[in-house]
Amino acid sequence: MKLANKLAIGVAIAFAAMTTAASAADMKIALVVKSLGNGFFEAANKGAQEAAKELGGVQVIYTGPTSTTAEGQIEVINSLIAQGVDAIAISANDPDAVIPALKKAAQRGIKVISWDSAVAKEGRIMHLNPSSNELIGKMCLTLAKNHLEGGKGDFAILSATTTSTNQNTWIAEMKKQIKDFPGLNLATTVYGDDLADKSYREAQGLLKSQPNVKVIVAPTTVGVLAASQAVKDAGMIGKVYVTGLGLPSEMAGAIKSGATKEFAIWNPIDLGYSATQIAYHIVKGDTDAKPGSAIKAGRMGSIKIGDNGEAAMADPFVYNAKNIDEFSKIF
Amino acid sequence: MSDTATTKRAIPDRLGTRTSRILASWEVLLFGVAVLIFVFNAFASPYFLNAWNLSDATFNFTEKAMIAFAMALLVIAGEIDLSVAAIIALASTTMGAAAQAGIGTPGLVAIGIAVGLACGAFNGLLVSGLRLPSIVVTIGTMSLFRGISYIVLGDQAYGKYPADFAFFGQGYVVWVFSFELVLFITLAIAFAILLHATNFGRHVYVIGNNEFAARFSGIPVERVKFILFLLTGLMAGVAAVCLTSRLGSTRPSIAQGWELEVVTMVVLGGVSILGGAGTIAGVVIAAFVMGLVTFGLGLLNVPGIVMSIFVGLLLIITIAIPIVAQRFKEMSLGK
Repeated sequence: MKLANKLAIGVAIAFAAMTTAASAADMKIALVVKSLGNGFFEAANKGAQEAAKELGGVQVIYTGPTSTTAEGQIEVINSLIAQGVDAIAISANDPDAVIPALKKAAQRGIKVISWDSAVAKEGRIMHLNPSSNELIGKMCLTLAKNHLEGGKGDFAILSATTTSTNQNTWIAEMKKQIKDFPGLNLATTVYGDDLADKSYREAQGLLKSQPNVKVIVAPTTVGVLAASQAVKDAGMIGKVYVTGLGLPSEMAGAIKSGATKEFAIWNPIDLGYSATQIAYHIVKGDTDAKPGSAIKAGRMGSIKIGDNGEAAMADPFVYNAKNIDEFSKIF
Repeated sequence: MSDTATTKRAIPDRLGTRTSRILASWEVLLFGVAVLIFVFNAFASPYFLNAWNLSDATFNFTEKAMIAFAMALLVIAGEIDLSVAAIIALASTTMGAAAQAGIGTPGLVAIGIAVGLACGAFNGLLVSGLRLPSIVVTIGTMSLFRGISYIVLGDQAYGKYPADFAFFGQGYVVWVFSFELVLFITLAIAFAILLHATNFGRHVYVIGNNEFAARFSGIPVERVKFILFLLTGLMAGVAAVCLTSRLGSTRPSIAQGWELEVVTMVVLGGVSILGGAGTIAGVVIAAFVMGLVTFGLGLLNVPGIVMSIFVGLLLIITIAIPIVAQRFKEMSLGK
C-alpha cells in the first residue's frame, strides 16, 4: 500500500511537471535549414525571429545538420518530433528522402511546410518559393527601365546557356510582359554560358556592336558580375549600366564603382519571416493552405497558394547603394 | 647478490580479484558513462523518457552499429575497412536501378546484400590475396564504389521503391521495437557468439595479437581475413537495405562520412585500434552512448557542430582514462 502510494505520488508529480512545462511553452516552430553556418540561412533565421517577436507567444527553433545531407536532416526531424514542436518549416537537402520522416511528423500532428528548397508534394502542406517566374521577369524589366533615362531605350540580355531552363523561362516572361513597358526595346540576347570569361567577352562584344544599348540585363549571378567588370574596364561607367540578378556579396564592388545602380535577388530575411508567418497561421487553423487559398504573412502581405500547393512570396528584393553594405555581409 | 633480492619488482600472481577486474573493465566504465548520459538526458529534457521517442532515437545508430560489429572483428584482427559507407552507396544505387526496372522487395534485398558481399570480396581479395595493406586498399575502393554511384546517378535520385520495401527501415515488429532495432539486437548476439564462443573468434584475436604466431600455429590467416572482409561487406549491404528503405530514395551522397562514425563506435567500444583486444558488448554500449548523446543533445536543440565536438571529446576522454590510469599504476609500481 505504501509503495503503491509513493509510486502514485511520484507519477502524479512527474505528470504535473510535464504538463506545466508544456503549457508554459509557446507555440514552437522549427526552422530546419540545409546546414548550419551558412549566411543565407542565418539571415532567414533573423527574419523568423522577427516574425516570432511580431506574432508573440512563438518560439522559433533554428536548427539543421552540420553538413547538407538528408540523413542529418532526418535525425534533426526525429528530435523535433520527439519535442512535440507545433510546426516544421524546412529547406530540404533532398526532396524525397525526408518524406518518410516528415510524414511521421504529420501523423503526430505537426504542421509541415517547406521553403526555399522544396519537399515533394506528399511530404508537406505547402511550399514557399522566394518568387515566381512571372515576378522575376517583371523585376528584370523594371530594373532595366529604372536605369534608362525616362524609362525609354534599348537594352540587351546577357544570359547563361541557351539551354538553361530557369533563364529561358525568365527571358520568355520578359518578352511576354515587355508590352507593359512602353518605350523599352530588347535589342538582342547573348549567352555567356555562366562562365566568367565568356560572359565578360560577350559583354565586351555588346558594348562595341550595339552602341544603342544603354542597359545590360543579366538574369544570372555570373553574367551580371562579368558584365559589370566589362563596363568598368571599358570606361563606360555612367554611359552603360548593368543590372539583373546577383548576390550582394559579389555585387558590392559593382555598386560602389557605379557600373550598377541596383539589382535584385530574393531576400532570405523575408523568406524566413514569411515561412514563420505561414507556419503560425496554419497551426492556428486560420487557413488550410489548400491551393487557391491565401495566407496573411504580416508585412509581406497576403501570399496566394497556387497549383501543387506552391506559393510565391514576393517580387525579388532590390539592392542598391543604400542597403548593399548590410546584405553583402549576409550572402 | 643481495641487491637483486631488495629490488622491488612486483609481479602479482593474480590479476586482482574477479570483481575488481570486472569493475575496472572498459565495458563497465562505458556502461557507467551510458547510464550517466541517460540520467542527465532524462533530467535535461521532459521529452526524453518516452518509449516512442527513445525508439526513434535508436534509428540514429542501428544501421551504423550493424556495420560496427563486423568492423570490430576486422579491427581486432589488425585490419580496417574504410569503404563501408561507399559500399552502402553502391548497394543502394544498384537497388534503386533494380527498383526502377520493376523488381520486387525480395529481389531488392537480395541485390543489396549481394552487392555488399561482392564489394567485401573485392576488398578481401586485394588484402588477403595480394597482401596489400587494408587501409590503402579500402581508401581506394571507397572512392571507387562511391564514384560508380556518382557516375550512374549524377545529381539524380532513384525513388519509387515498392511500398512493402519500406518495412525494413520504417516497420515495427512489436510495439516500439522497430525491425532495425530487433535486427540490431539479433546481430549483436550473433556476433558476440561468433567472436567469443567459436574457434573462428579465437583465431581473430590471435591474428590481431601476433600474426606470425598465428601462421605458425596453423591458423589460415588469409582465409580468416577474407571472411572478415566478406562479413563487413555483408553488413554494409544489410545496412544499405535498411537505410534505403528508411529514406525511400537513393542519392550518390547517401551515408556520406559514415565510415568514420563506424570506426568511432568501434574504438569507443574499447576495441584496440592496434588489434588483438575488444568485445562486442563494448561496441553495443558504445552504439547506445553515441545514439543517446546525439539524440539527447538534439532534444536540447544543440547545433550539430557542437554535437560533433562533444562526441570527439567523449572519444578522447574515454580512450585517455585507462591509458593514463595505466601510466599512474606503472609509475607507482616503479617507485
